[in-house]
Amino acid sequence: MRLAKLDALLGCILLALTILVSACGSSKSTASKLPTQIGKGEGQLSLVAWEGYAQPEWVKPFERQTGCAVHAKYAGSSDEMVALMRQGGGTQYDLVSASGDASLRLIRGGDLQPVNVNLITEWKNFIPQLKSPPHNTVNGVHYGISLQWGPNILLYNSDKVHPAPTSWSAIYSPKYKGLISVPKNPIQIADAALYLSKTNPSLGIEDPYELTEAQLDAATSLLKKQRPLIKKYWALASDEVELFKNGDVTIGAAWPLQQSTLVADKFPVKSLIPAEGATGWADTWMLSAHAPHPNCAYKWINWVSSPKVQAEQSVSYGETPANTKACAYMEQIKKGSCPIYHANAPVAYFNSIRFWKTPVAQCGNGRNDCMDYTKWQQKWTEITG
Amino acid sequence: MTAALAAGRAARMRVSAALFRRPWMRAVLLLSGPGAWFFLIYLAALVVLFISALWSVEPFTGKLVHHWTLDNFKALVNVSTYRTIALRTIAIAAAVTVTDVVLAVPFALFAVRIAPQRLRAVLFVAVLIPLWSSYLVRVYVWRLILSKDGVLNWVLEKVGLGAVNVGYSNWAVWIVFSYIWLPFMILPVWAAIERVPDSFIEASADLGARGWRTFRSVLLPLILPGIAAGSIFTFSLTLGDFITPTLVGGAGSDFIGNVVYDNVGIANNIPFAAAFATVPLAVMAVYLLLVRRLGAFEAL
Repeated sequence: MRLAKLDALLGCILLALTILVSACGSSKSTASKLPTQIGKGEGQLSLVAWEGYAQPEWVKPFERQTGCAVHAKYAGSSDEMVALMRQGGGTQYDLVSASGDASLRLIRGGDLQPVNVNLITEWKNFIPQLKSPPHNTVNGVHYGISLQWGPNILLYNSDKVHPAPTSWSAIYSPKYKGLISVPKNPIQIADAALYLSKTNPSLGIEDPYELTEAQLDAATSLLKKQRPLIKKYWALASDEVELFKNGDVTIGAAWPLQQSTLVADKFPVKSLIPAEGATGWADTWMLSAHAPHPNCAYKWINWVSSPKVQAEQSVSYGETPANTKACAYMEQIKKGSCPIYHANAPVAYFNSIRFWKTPVAQCGNGRNDCMDYTKWQQKWTEITG
Repeated sequence: MTAALAAGRAARMRVSAALFRRPWMRAVLLLSGPGAWFFLIYLAALVVLFISALWSVEPFTGKLVHHWTLDNFKALVNVSTYRTIALRTIAIAAAVTVTDVVLAVPFALFAVRIAPQRLRAVLFVAVLIPLWSSYLVRVYVWRLILSKDGVLNWVLEKVGLGAVNVGYSNWAVWIVFSYIWLPFMILPVWAAIERVPDSFIEASADLGARGWRTFRSVLLPLILPGIAAGSIFTFSLTLGDFITPTLVGGAGSDFIGNVVYDNVGIANNIPFAAAFATVPLAVMAVYLLLVRRLGAFEAL
């Protein structure tokens, strides 16, 4: 016990010396378990990441600087991320770039260890909403460091789709039969629910992730009617890019990554956030409970939180950085990219996006009649199988 | 030195004498390696598969619940989606098998009976060459051929037939499977036709049978075991595949293998995956019993 106290004290002194922080007290409850400094790198780092989150542009300089060789495994959905982090008793991967619909599952499953935010130099510069958001901070314990965020967009071939769509109704319309692609992911039900919350107010959908049985059935029936219109459910972003390029698909639900990839190849695509609003993601780097290379993991989180790398990833992927200092670097990389990717947008923009979260039975207002994620997965199988 | 050599030789003699007197011991030594491999790795894996199919998974934490339940099998029977997927898998596997028979028999007949020696060698190599390249490369090539702006539609438009819309559909899955597994049908049929003596065909002609009659009454019954042997490959390989449906299939092209893959790699529900994986096993068991009657095992 005395040793633990000494540890905590030493940790606070070290922290105070290395970085001038005042938040030392806030992590007192777990300080005895949390690392108090980043040790020597282990030479290796294994990541589970979204496609495009480990580009050579910022991975190579990291490897040169820290000596940690990065092995990234791309996952196509939150479900896959959760499965990968649990494989082999959770000892295979160090970090996962989990979205809000995976993070709580990982925390409650005991797959993660808390991280010491005081070891992340740039954390204090994050936008306030992403310092301790409910999707990665439970009871004041931080289970990860926020990364980037953004909306799911409506992407279309601007040569072939006329007039330009303004509503999500385009991907439910027979006008584009056989030319539509949407993600192969149960959380896609939330997109249908969001659309129904605006077009069918009598259903009373308030939160697209908190659906009663009747509301879930309504979304399912909309998606079942959509299925004959779908060319292919895409599992990887690169699949959808190929579908657009080969003319198999002209409109679909997408991530900004597909748009920036297609635009870089001079392919005529445009995108929008339709009138009904959009679902979106806020991603967090989370540390496995049995991470084999924790020091390299901390070094990586520090690296990707720095304004320059935040800017590089933001512009490369087309998403919004968590670090408020990234804006200036974004302008250096690509003029005008800071406002395009909303890096200086007001809080209202952040609040307009319905971020992915895991559907659970306990929804707001003390009700317990919401459909949990297992039900969502069953419905999704019924829709797509 | 020589004494040690002699002693060693004597020991070896004793061992071989003991083995000679006890034939069962020789058999045990000879078979223990392959036997252990078969029982431990092959049968034990199947047993584990069946046992884990009777477990379940705690939905939120993803931890295995070691509690006996038939829920996974009930879901297979009760949820219409899984019935649809199982039927789709079996139907496409059957369609692929029939297609490959229709393509392989005339090809092998031509190669064995009609083609001159040199052309025959060329044809044999042509059948085998695709097997030297990666399966994935061949499937991706088909994806490019069948896509909307792909080679197939380009050719069809050039010759004045309108473009077709087969990319990312069950049609595409059928075409690609038929192509990929064709060599596995051609080779056993080829071997079966080679085994039919020329004199049989001549005798049939002498008795007044024309080409079609000879094929139907003489050749076909003799090569049927070869066709059945080939069909084991085409049917079982299609039944267990999930890569081709993922890459060239569209909405509603999921196979049993895709559901298994999704449950292992994405939903982390290994017990349900195990339960669904027993379906192709059962189908294959029935299929093998059927083709055994056609003499497929003698033709392998």
